[in-house]
Amino acid sequence: MTDTERKNEINRRQFLGNMLKTACSVGLVGLGLGAYSKRASSLPASYIRPPGALPEEEFLGTCIRCGLCVRDCPYDILFLGEVGDQVPTGTPYFVARTGPCEMCEEIPCVVACPTNALDHELKDIEDSRMGLAVLIDQENCIAFHGLRCEVCFNVCPIRNRAITLDMQHNTRSGKHALFIPVVHSDACTGCGLCERACILEEAAIKVFPTHLAKGELGKHYRLGWEEKEKAGGALVTPDTEHRYNLPEGVRYELQGEGLIIEEGAQQTPFSANPLDTLNSGFMDK
Amino acid sequence: MKLTRREFIKSNAVAAAASVAGVTLPLSNATAADADDGIRWDKAACRYCGTGCSVLMGVKDGKVVASQGDPDAPVNKGLNCIKGYFLPKILYGEDRLTKPLLRKTNGKYDKNGKFEAVSWDEAFKTMAEKWIAARKAKGPKGVGMFGSGQWTVWEGYAAQKLLKAGFRSNSLEPNARHCMASAVGAFMRAFGIDEPMGCYDDLEHADVFVLWGANMAEMHPILWSRLTDTRLTKPGCEVHVLSTFEHRCYELADNGMVFEPQTDLAILNYIANYIIQNKAYNKAFIDKHVNFTKTPTDIGYGLRDNDPREKAAKNRAKGKLTKISFEEYAKSVEPYTLEYTAKLSKVPKEKLLRLAKAYADPKKKVASYWTMGFNQHTRGVWVNGLCYNVHLLMGKISEPGNSPFSLTGQPSACGTAREVGTFTHRLPADLVTKKDAHCKFAEKTWKLPAGTIPRANGKTDGADQSDISGKPMGPTLIHAVAMHRALNDGKMNTFWVMCNNNMQAAANMNDESYPGWRNPDNFITVSDPYPTVSAQAADLILPTAMWIEKEGAYGNAERRTQFWRQQVGAPGEAKSDVWQVMEFSKYVKVKDVWPEDLIAKMPEYADKTLYDVLYANGQVNKFPVEQVTDSRGNKYANDESADFGFYVQKGLFEEYRLFNSVDGIPKKGHEMADFDAYHKVRGMRWPVIDGKETLWRFREGYDPHVAKGEGVKFYGKPDGKANIITAPYEPAAEPPDKEYDLWLCTGRVLEHWHSGSMTRRVPELYRAVPDAVVYMHPKDAKKRRLRNGALAKLTSRRGEIVCKVDTKGRNKCPEGLVFVPWFDAGRLVNKLTLDQTDPLSKETDYKKCGVKITRA
Amino acid sequence: MLDMKTLGHDAIAEKGRFNAHKYLILRRLSQLGILALFLAGPWLGIWIVKGNLAYSLTLDFLPLTDPYVLLQGSLSGVVPETTAIIGVVIVLLFYFLVGGRVYCSWVCPVNMVTDLAAWLRRKLGIRTTSQLSRSTRFWMLGLTLILPFAVAGGIVWELVNPVSMMFRGIVFGMGAAWVMVLGIFLFDLIVAKDGWCGHICPVGAFYNLVGSRSLLRVNAVQRQACNDCMECYVVCPEPQVIKPALKGEEKGASPVILSSDCTNCGRCIDICAKDVFSYGGRRSKSIEVYKREGEINPGVQA
Repeated sequence: MTDTERKNEINRRQFLGNMLKTACSVGLVGLGLGAYSKRASSLPASYIRPPGALPEEEFLGTCIRCGLCVRDCPYDILFLGEVGDQVPTGTPYFVARTGPCEMCEEIPCVVACPTNALDHELKDIEDSRMGLAVLIDQENCIAFHGLRCEVCFNVCPIRNRAITLDMQHNTRSGKHALFIPVVHSDACTGCGLCERACILEEAAIKVFPTHLAKGELGKHYRLGWEEKEKAGGALVTPDTEHRYNLPEGVRYELQGEGLIIEEGAQQTPFSANPLDTLNSGFMDK
Repeated sequence: MKLTRREFIKSNAVAAAASVAGVTLPLSNATAADADDGIRWDKAACRYCGTGCSVLMGVKDGKVVASQGDPDAPVNKGLNCIKGYFLPKILYGEDRLTKPLLRKTNGKYDKNGKFEAVSWDEAFKTMAEKWIAARKAKGPKGVGMFGSGQWTVWEGYAAQKLLKAGFRSNSLEPNARHCMASAVGAFMRAFGIDEPMGCYDDLEHADVFVLWGANMAEMHPILWSRLTDTRLTKPGCEVHVLSTFEHRCYELADNGMVFEPQTDLAILNYIANYIIQNKAYNKAFIDKHVNFTKTPTDIGYGLRDNDPREKAAKNRAKGKLTKISFEEYAKSVEPYTLEYTAKLSKVPKEKLLRLAKAYADPKKKVASYWTMGFNQHTRGVWVNGLCYNVHLLMGKISEPGNSPFSLTGQPSACGTAREVGTFTHRLPADLVTKKDAHCKFAEKTWKLPAGTIPRANGKTDGADQSDISGKPMGPTLIHAVAMHRALNDGKMNTFWVMCNNNMQAAANMNDESYPGWRNPDNFITVSDPYPTVSAQAADLILPTAMWIEKEGAYGNAERRTQFWRQQVGAPGEAKSDVWQVMEFSKYVKVKDVWPEDLIAKMPEYADKTLYDVLYANGQVNKFPVEQVTDSRGNKYANDESADFGFYVQKGLFEEYRLFNSVDGIPKKGHEMADFDAYHKVRGMRWPVIDGKETLWRFREGYDPHVAKGEGVKFYGKPDGKANIITAPYEPAAEPPDKEYDLWLCTGRVLEHWHSGSMTRRVPELYRAVPDAVVYMHPKDAKKRRLRNGALAKLTSRRGEIVCKVDTKGRNKCPEGLVFVPWFDAGRLVNKLTLDQTDPLSKETDYKKCGVKITRA
Repeated sequence: MLDMKTLGHDAIAEKGRFNAHKYLILRRLSQLGILALFLAGPWLGIWIVKGNLAYSLTLDFLPLTDPYVLLQGSLSGVVPETTAIIGVVIVLLFYFLVGGRVYCSWVCPVNMVTDLAAWLRRKLGIRTTSQLSRSTRFWMLGLTLILPFAVAGGIVWELVNPVSMMFRGIVFGMGAAWVMVLGIFLFDLIVAKDGWCGHICPVGAFYNLVGSRSLLRVNAVQRQACNDCMECYVVCPEPQVIKPALKGEEKGASPVILSSDCTNCGRCIDICAKDVFSYGGRRSKSIEVYKREGEINPGVQA
């Protein structure tokens, strides 16, 4: 082996060694990055994506982290994740409690997005689903105690559809009503205006990413009354007419109230027709 | 409280689970319980609306640290609305005023100077100098005071004495003039005695509720919750709602109606017509208990004399009733057919019919409720009366569930403004300055020479009353809107605004209020806890101790008088209104303001101060200072008693009772229990006789003034009969035209109280509803190239404001009408409103004027 | 050995202070100017350019997309939007013309940090070297392009990319990004000369590839005038690129610096008292060739 050859051999070994070292360290970096990315890409519950954001996994591949949505938000509620935030660096989010989405009709953030990470198919802001409001604390929400608050209901931009008030009797006071806010996922956009407005020190109503907020009915099960309404009639053959043995003045409504005693009927043991009494024999048994 | 190990593990597990879900849990209950140690709880009436909820305030180390709805209060059973929830915070806004502030330049008072802190002594000296000069130069209307339906009972009473007896001026008005005057006018005309015959228990007893221009869902939140509960739990119960736009009450309405502004007059006449046409009226009741009358028509709009609408009015401000027959009455409502009324009001026929049938059904108990929709109305007294007509025709009145009920907007519009009579024409307990005998009774009760109190017409025993100005007294009445005009015209030179924010409230700020207040001839004093719009426009600002920083009493809409003790001290040098009124009276001598011939009747008064003759009169100062305690042994301060050396509140209240609760008074029916009794209860509904309160008035068994066998007796009238007063539909003063093409209606929202001077200082309430918006129909917005959330400029003939458009919010306006709340000091909607009033009640109509809207 | 204290003195003496720092100043103006354009919006309300280096919109019209970020996104399975693709084409075309790593020396804000570190190293005489290979960056590049496939979370590198982080940090808000920047500074100062830009940064590696056939190049056009002062080697962030061009005359090599590692920063042009270097085209020739071919006016063909 000549000197040059030996030198080359050493160089080759050194090169291969170096290469292995580099590959290993880069591989380690990759493992670390992968793990970090897994953690960082599980969006925490209090960070809400702008309207039209694709499902999180797709969003993270599509969002180019340019911040144009942040720039075009007229209410300055959007932020880009910074290092140390619980949200992937450079991706846009808002925090409902401090700055909820004001639901601009022209959705400038979506228009600004160059990559469709905020879906350009979203034309009506009321169709957006940024998350879902959940009345998470029914113990502290003062409406459940009968206080007249309803601030969440009052500020909701999808008025009387996303949040409705369920009026109930207040059994404690006996003479007041409860006005219970109920959120409807078919209309709630997750804008978070309700969460910001909640007057408690810690909001009782909060916006969460939809997958955290929603349950799911068993795939096999249908709500009978809804199916019937959808079908416009009973799904199976309706019953033939029911007939009942009933005293005079009393009706029975199968689908209605059940037993109905007509007013004035049977107030006394005597039939309105005296012949009935006369012909029935003595009642004394 | 200590956590057990098990609880500790459990609470940690919960916290861990919560942190996973991104939820922050509030502090554990343990800390809250520890913090509750040593809190002293005591009751108070809520500071806001006329509902009169009772609250418990928790005080520790001299500060309110906790609050709760009073679980034993019959009105609210422990509940609150969102404003009541934050009551402690209204005391602790960061910008509470703590020192008197006077406009000064180079150390001297200057109308155009900057506000500088001064002592109370300097403040009152400056003020007294101005007041005495104005009183001498300009006569009884040269000075004026504008008080409040939020004054405590004795504050109103003390002010009543200061103005009417001390300064010998009838220029005393409460902000209740903007709020309840039409209701009062109608009560007096129909029944001869003020305030509702029913009570809140009607809410559980009625089968049908009809809301006339009352957004109870937001403005009387707890009463609405009771009404809703009855609707939910009582079979067959129905709710009818009428307004000029759809509001929160329509969520519960079985029959929601939106009518063209002002046509409520026609709708009520239609109902009367329907009842008569169908012979549904209660003939026995009418024959026995009702007189039929008519009122002059074409009475103008309470505008300035030179306004063409006033010149065109045939019977300007006339209201004298003439008796008519039932047949004449029936004929007067005949034109109001279903067709005509539906066309005029734009309410579908079937809805009107359903409403009329509900009133006409003898089996259904009907409760009608109204607030500002009826009262702030250029025909407010008429429209209140038209509602009574319907109830009287059916005999549906004065019994559980059958109740025409005027709701008050303020916590003591009834208790103070109306019962104490802090209006220009009134004296305590429904007495009036129009009647010489009433004035004489008051003078005797107050130990003052006969002829001290100015009569409405300036004459006593047929002769002119003499005056310090050297001229005869002359006519003395001046109502709230006229006061601002008089300031503007330089006829009134000093004005003291207390416990209200009239610069933000009074209509037509640009043309009347502001130029009036800033008129260089005038000296304006504003007493307030906070730097309000009024304070900004004043010359002297007096810092005020508010609500539970003093001992107080309010009277709510159902005649319930509620007391509270002083629970905390006021910040800095702030003093209560009663202290301010009484202390100021020390700076004015009797001879400064009384003419010699009057002093000659009681020469011993000549060198005395007004304080001596009004408050140190042996009556008011009868009760020595005592340590205020409750039955649990807690001790309470009483700053006024400490300062003046006698039990101020007790003395004032007991002297006030000489007008309503002793033998030989001119008008019975307002009897109250003694001072100490009220501190032991959560309010009592007057008349209180032998310690028993009255739920329904005018009906045998319920009302001690109705003798056995009389059944029903409207004893406010000499013949015991109520008046049905016919009045026609007449158009509004400023309907929309080509240029100002929209109706503007103003009002309130649930989250803010009146001008927002308290509630806008609660961060949570401010966050919930930060700014006033203009609610409008989406089509109206679109026509003007406006969108929801866009900035719009609202312009009326008097001014303009800019605010955001809301086409989706809680109030749904019909096309052609917009609604703007007035709580927002940043958007003064009273720059737009017209200073029109009901010519009879002198109450401003804030609900109807023309406005145009463009993009801002 | 070269005296660090007199580094650049000759050039200043020969050409004057300005000419001896001409391209340095221009580069700083370029880097800061770009930042200023992005900051004029949020700070002064003058919206010329919106966004950041990942994607920007100039005058609401001209889209510019970082091809590297978009590539990562595409690799995670996303089909890019048309505007984004237009932006990429414009950017690629530009860097193809002027040299990929012009991004590193004329645009990237991290360059100011690493230049500062390099300058301080010289001043303080820190001579540590690391075992890192300059090819590490290509491994890193490969890694960042594999990660979008391999793990959920889309554009993984953007979670930690100090280059975009620093720029975004300045324009939108820094957060803890300054720690990363400080890290790079200390790494370059203490651990390895040109450690970040010259060895690790996959962004640079990507632009390196983009500009591998670029037209604009530095040319050792007067290479026979070289007095072997070695100052160009000292200031060059990628000194390995100089020798083949500067000393390749005997081997008949082109005087053009052909290695795409070269960032076209122009420091060699500034520092050289003999004006050996100048910008030129890819196919430019050395002065001796010009002479041979009887041409005149060398050095102006850039």
